[in-house]
Amino acid sequence: MNEFNATHLDKIRDEISDSRKKQKTCITICGGTGCHAYGCLKVAESFREEIQKQKLQDSVEVRTTGCHGFCERGPIVVIQPEGIFYQRIKLGDIQEVISETIINKKVINRLLYVDPRTNKEIVLEKDVPFYKKQKRIVFGNNGFIDPTDIRDYIALGGYRALTKILFDMTSEEVIEEIKTSGLRGRGGAGFLTGKKWEICRESNSQLKYVICNADEGDPGAYMDRSLLEGNPHSVIEGMIIGAYAIGASEGFIYVRMEYPLAVKNVTIALDQARKFGLLGRSILGSEFQFDIHIFKGAGAFVSGEETSLMASIEGRRAFPRQRPPFPAQEGLWGKPTNINNVETWANVPYIINNGAEWYSGIGTKGSKGTKIFSLVGKINNTGLVEVPMGMTLKEIIYAIGGGVKDHKKFKAVQTGGPSGGCIPADMLDLPIDFETLAKAGSMMGSGGMIVMDEDTCMVDVARYFLDFTQQESCGKCVPCRVGTRQLVEILTRITKGEDQGRRSRR
Amino acid sequence: MKMEKESKEFANDQRELIHILHEVQNRYGYIPPQAISQISRKLRISESEIFGVLTFYKAFTLHPRGEHLITICMGTACHVRGAPMILDEFKRKLGVESGETTDDNQFTLETVNCVGACALGPIAIADGEYHGQMKTRDVDKIIDDLKPKKGKSAKNE
Repeated sequence: MNEFNATHLDKIRDEISDSRKKQKTCITICGGTGCHAYGCLKVAESFREEIQKQKLQDSVEVRTTGCHGFCERGPIVVIQPEGIFYQRIKLGDIQEVISETIINKKVINRLLYVDPRTNKEIVLEKDVPFYKKQKRIVFGNNGFIDPTDIRDYIALGGYRALTKILFDMTSEEVIEEIKTSGLRGRGGAGFLTGKKWEICRESNSQLKYVICNADEGDPGAYMDRSLLEGNPHSVIEGMIIGAYAIGASEGFIYVRMEYPLAVKNVTIALDQARKFGLLGRSILGSEFQFDIHIFKGAGAFVSGEETSLMASIEGRRAFPRQRPPFPAQEGLWGKPTNINNVETWANVPYIINNGAEWYSGIGTKGSKGTKIFSLVGKINNTGLVEVPMGMTLKEIIYAIGGGVKDHKKFKAVQTGGPSGGCIPADMLDLPIDFETLAKAGSMMGSGGMIVMDEDTCMVDVARYFLDFTQQESCGKCVPCRVGTRQLVEILTRITKGEDQGRRSRR
Repeated sequence: MKMEKESKEFANDQRELIHILHEVQNRYGYIPPQAISQISRKLRISESEIFGVLTFYKAFTLHPRGEHLITICMGTACHVRGAPMILDEFKRKLGVESGETTDDNQFTLETVNCVGACALGPIAIADGEYHGQMKTRDVDKIIDDLKPKKGKSAKNE
């Protein structure tokens, strides 16, 4: 039985906020995967030691946060509340940051980001062009939260949406709200989330499941990883809200095994949520009960497809199956199941807190809200960007991404993962949403954007993707199992210059 | 061989299979044949079914890996930034193909289709440690750094 209820949660939130206010300065260090590789943990450790040495621990906090997104410039350190943005920090810089910036309140110019177009040094994070054009809603709190401490999330208003729906809204009202917001699935297909929930709610069964699909298999996309690693509670809160709306009592988060940090942070987050009475029996003192299990995938691209994913949770080979019946009617162990992608779940608390109207005011006619893209490949500012739907490719690649690396010519941008397509230079003015991308012959997919320059061989890219699909074919159906292999062989011959035209005519 | 799950949350049925295989793989570095028969008895599913599942997923191997595991990311972002060249260099330096282990049992070379650290491409992961923005000339150092640390392999977990 939980002793926690909604009033307790509000009290805790106020207490945490009050204690935070007393601490004036907070050194936040990006703890995303990218910065990890650059050694951010050592940087954080060294900051803590230095703070101890200078006896500043009462007035300065050091926090390892979720991913800030600007992976190109890691390790990233942002000093709050001012928002001073230091990039590519080395261990040798730390003493100076403490003595100059923290104590003497002076900015160290050499650690600032220099805008390559104007050659000007930029002091504040929000003024960096990479961030300036973005609209960070889902990603907004990543840089302030220590993902391993639920109190950080609660202090920023976390689980307020849950309290709201549990005590002030019926499940029908929640579904109506999500439907009105126009939120569409961020996993690629773009199905209306509220509609999906409704179908599952109407399915007649005592037992129902919700699943978070974190089997982010599309190469070149890693926003789900960053969300789970950086702000796992937003996903968990979204799932609890969804479960309440649908009437589910059990949930699963299916995470790729290639994401060990996500598995770790989600496991910690689930434990803490249970301790705070946010999962389990009688959540926050209400009559609603729900719990979430984590399921570590085992390395198969196909398990990102929803029916395969369920087969995998059931302990079988991840073979997809025909639909209908849809998972909302017959899913996990034959019970109605609602599957949504990580980013979709993470959008839910914001919609509940701010209202459907606010949400539907962002984006285009058919695609509402923001979308996180991973801007990678041959581009200057690689990283994760969150923009409103409808922004043009040109803006994303040039205004945010800073253009193609080494002043090369832009050739194409690949979107939508292996089943997507490459969008050439003459379509750069395309405003991005679900429909326009499909019309252009590509797709939204999970949001990977791989920029290719004049040196990238498009035949080789085609061969690469076919090689990928051939390796990852689950082998159930002949056209895929045999066909992709034939296609790879043809393209390999072309890329090796062995095809003299005869064979392809055969 | 001890394979009792600490968690009694689930019944002993097929839904536990992938969890158990992960544990065995973690502990022994591969799935030994005895493990398959034990799991089969415990979960009451046929050995051929278990074999089918474990060979379907890339996480599980039927042969022990080497002391050190080097994984090269072959995701799209890494690919356009030259991952195939990095892989070739590792192959040449280690004298093995991808998926193979060196004769002295020191190194296993594998590829993965994306590790989700695309901003750092091309990436090599050596015993769980990420090395971003790899150049072919970095390959030697990674191999050398792993060599002296005998018997101290961190699992790529």
